[in-house]
Amino acid sequence: MTEMTTRTDESSADAIGPGLVEERLVLWYFLAALLYLFISLTGGLMMALQLVQWNPISGNEYFSPGRWRMVHTNAIAYGFIANCFLGALHWAIPRLTLKPVLSRPLSYFIFVAWQIVVLSTAIGIIMGQAQGVEWGETPVWIDPLALVGLALVAVNFMAPIVRTKGPLYVSLWYFMAAFVWTFLTYAMGNFMPQYFVPGTSAGAIAGLFIHDLVGLFVTPLAWGLMYYFVPILLKKPIWSHGLSLVGFWGLAFFYPLNGIHHFLYTPIPDFLEYGAIVSTIAVEFVVTTVIINFFGTIWGSGRAIITNLPIRWFYTGMVLYFVTCAQCAMQVTHTFQKLIHFSDWVVGHAHLVMFGVFSMWFFGMMTYLFPRLLKQSWYSRNLCEWHFWLSLGGIFVMFIDLTLAGVFQGFYWGSLQPWEASVEGSFPFWVVRLFAGLAIIAGQVVFVINLWQTWRLSRRPVESYSVAATA
Amino acid sequence: MFESKSGILLIGGLGFFLFAFLSNGLVPILLYRHLPEQTVAELAENQNLIYQFEDLSVRYPEQFEKYYGEPNQENLAVALELGREIYTAEGCWHCHSQFVRPVSNESVRWGKVASSDEYQNVLQRPVLWGTRRVGPDLSREGGRRGNDWQALHFFDPPLLSPSSPMPRYTWFFDENDPAKPNKRGLAIITYVQWLGSWLEQYPLYERFVPLKEQMQNPLE
Repeated sequence: MTEMTTRTDESSADAIGPGLVEERLVLWYFLAALLYLFISLTGGLMMALQLVQWNPISGNEYFSPGRWRMVHTNAIAYGFIANCFLGALHWAIPRLTLKPVLSRPLSYFIFVAWQIVVLSTAIGIIMGQAQGVEWGETPVWIDPLALVGLALVAVNFMAPIVRTKGPLYVSLWYFMAAFVWTFLTYAMGNFMPQYFVPGTSAGAIAGLFIHDLVGLFVTPLAWGLMYYFVPILLKKPIWSHGLSLVGFWGLAFFYPLNGIHHFLYTPIPDFLEYGAIVSTIAVEFVVTTVIINFFGTIWGSGRAIITNLPIRWFYTGMVLYFVTCAQCAMQVTHTFQKLIHFSDWVVGHAHLVMFGVFSMWFFGMMTYLFPRLLKQSWYSRNLCEWHFWLSLGGIFVMFIDLTLAGVFQGFYWGSLQPWEASVEGSFPFWVVRLFAGLAIIAGQVVFVINLWQTWRLSRRPVESYSVAATA
Repeated sequence: MFESKSGILLIGGLGFFLFAFLSNGLVPILLYRHLPEQTVAELAENQNLIYQFEDLSVRYPEQFEKYYGEPNQENLAVALELGREIYTAEGCWHCHSQFVRPVSNESVRWGKVASSDEYQNVLQRPVLWGTRRVGPDLSREGGRRGNDWQALHFFDPPLLSPSSPMPRYTWFFDENDPAKPNKRGLAIITYVQWLGSWLEQYPLYERFVPLKEQMQNPLE
């Protein structure tokens, strides 16, 4: 393993003093995230088995694939992604501001409260209390609690940022904006369509919510962390500050305007649909500037992609991000929508962005941070490689497979064949998807085994630890 | 401004979010503010739906009596509301959409293209358009198939449609018997029969014969 990924002494941490980062909490958040990742993978597997009629536990209410499909998405959004963010932010924000978060007890309280929120969401959905908002199926009685949690998170992290003097680094722009956006988005999506407006108006709000959750919660926090981790790992500054500004403000302006593109050809008026389409295409131009900025940064250090695993995870994610966004600029048009909307094409797109991009980045962060949190280098570099290649291979096959399936389904439907023809025609694709999913699951199992062994090594007496660290 | 805390929080965080909300969220709300929102009681006045509800009471008299009593409008409203809850809770809307688009021959397959007034009712809070079709669109499903077909299909979809990947919903039935739909079973069937009941061409492919006429002795 290379120097960057195996070194367990953190010289910068010494410089900024102990106690700044609550490392135990970062570790807990990551472990919680992995737990929900596996819950989500279970849900995905059940749905994949159901689609090919191989579901072994059919006919049980609490193992209904319909309910577990919602657990699948919610566990990823609020269990895996949110926990990863909270862990990574607890690592990054105190380092960027050189100040601890508002309160250590509050941090622990938030950790416990958030796990209760996510667990009750999963249990609520399994018990049959889902709310009819996509990505917001959280039962209605949990929504206010989740909102309080998000407010506390914002307060806890904003304290050190507000007290910082002078210009702020790019990452902090993204974090600050995301704290405001996430709170507003969650409130809008979970309360407005439920209590205030019905029908078409509710659909427009639900579209905004689906998209803002990706665009204003996940995307800004994830890019903020990229702006933090990539320069540290490459030991050089971001290529262009000007492009960073374009990227941030372009995202801030155009991304919130995208939502309605999820409901094209609905009764939502056409002029609003066109507004969303134009904004979406604008976002892709903004994304291109960000990608150029990051490839400008790695220019000249390209070998790091081979030798440095976290950098490889990050840049693989970025390439796939660009693919997702290029795809988005096309599929958002009415021309594409005719054919591919409602089909597996969209499912492939969602998996590419959620697993192929954001999860890849989290795995990169975990690969980088676990050795530092456990004070122990990875048990096996080989297993780290297996984790990467199984994940990448799995998502690549799944993406191609589902995209193709979507095209086939679109033509089956448009040509007015009996509905069964589209289902039977999808079977081969669904079988391939099942095995692609199994590859992804295998990758994560390898990761957890590696982590378990690393943890066991870290529990050994100190002498052997120092040997391992210098080896 | 572009790198200051207040600029990012007020312009980027609050300002742009608000701008998007006003332009994309508030505009449709204002556009449709005059469309009356129907209550469940109003929806239950629909004759097509009453016919289906009465049909359920005739087909499954013991089960119906046990869970709903009389096939009147109040009980129909209860069943509709519960049916909608189940439709959400079971994630039906993740594999079935509820709107017909003006493209891809969808109006040929399912009927009238969706319009806003169809969704202006309490049962569309939140709206159940859906974003994926593993199974067909359901917004014109009501009346196309009989209640017994629906019951058996919920119990074991591949029995009626061999390639169907739809899960079995055996918990909609008492004693694991497709002839004994329980409270939830009767509710979800009522809800499915409601979909499209407001349209003139309900049911889409069959001539609508009110229950009274069906039950009438032709010799009288």
